[in-house]
Amino acid sequence: MSETTGGVEMDEDVSGVIKKFLYVNRKAPYGTIYALESLEVVLIAAAFDQDVSLVFLDDGVYQLAKGQHTKTIDVKNFSPTYRALEGYDIEKLYVEKESLEARGLTAEDLIVPVTLLPAAEMAELMDGQDIVLSF
Amino acid sequence: MSIVVNGQTYETDEEGYLSNRNDWNEDLAKEMAKVDNCSLSDNHWEVINFLREYYDEYQIAPAVRVLTKAIGKKLGPDKGNSKYLYELFPYGPAKQACKYAGLPKPTGCV
Repeated sequence: MSETTGGVEMDEDVSGVIKKFLYVNRKAPYGTIYALESLEVVLIAAAFDQDVSLVFLDDGVYQLAKGQHTKTIDVKNFSPTYRALEGYDIEKLYVEKESLEARGLTAEDLIVPVTLLPAAEMAELMDGQDIVLSF
Repeated sequence: MSIVVNGQTYETDEEGYLSNRNDWNEDLAKEMAKVDNCSLSDNHWEVINFLREYYDEYQIAPAVRVLTKAIGKKLGPDKGNSKYLYELFPYGPAKQACKYAGLPKPTGCV
């Protein structure tokens, strides 16, 4: 334990370990702060060079929908920021196939290229992570 | 806080970042730089204009690592490196250049 790491134990050989982080997004982009908060955490954490994946399921698939017009609800349309993720070396974006289909959407309706995964494979993806953060 | 340029008062946050991005103009950028004892050259403007375009496209101010990489891609490796950018903006390229560009402070690692 050392003071310089704020009391967090950090052995020298541990600091270079790359962990698998998964950010799970389940909520519609507006109405709650979850989607924007998740995106901000992802952008900030990108500085740590970890193995990052994002998944979108349930109403979370709307976060990536094209044509978000937010002027009338007086909030910022932050959907263009998902296109900046590539520049942050975050390139693993997964969308649950069933969630997308249930909402009448296809991959063409999304603002970024994604990998579609059926629910069963989504479970496997989650199972293989070191850290799962749910929003 | 606020800043006065050409007789007009503009609202800023406590660190001097412009509150309303649409208030921005070139004289405002020059005045902000003057406060920091910095005179804006063409090389400064290149980065400032790049940041404004980046913000228009992605709705965020990039982290310094991302800015450095993106500048390199657009303006070449001579300019896409920390040394060059820190010489232009000694207070940190993302932080200082974003301020002059009228953008909010970058999210995360600046």
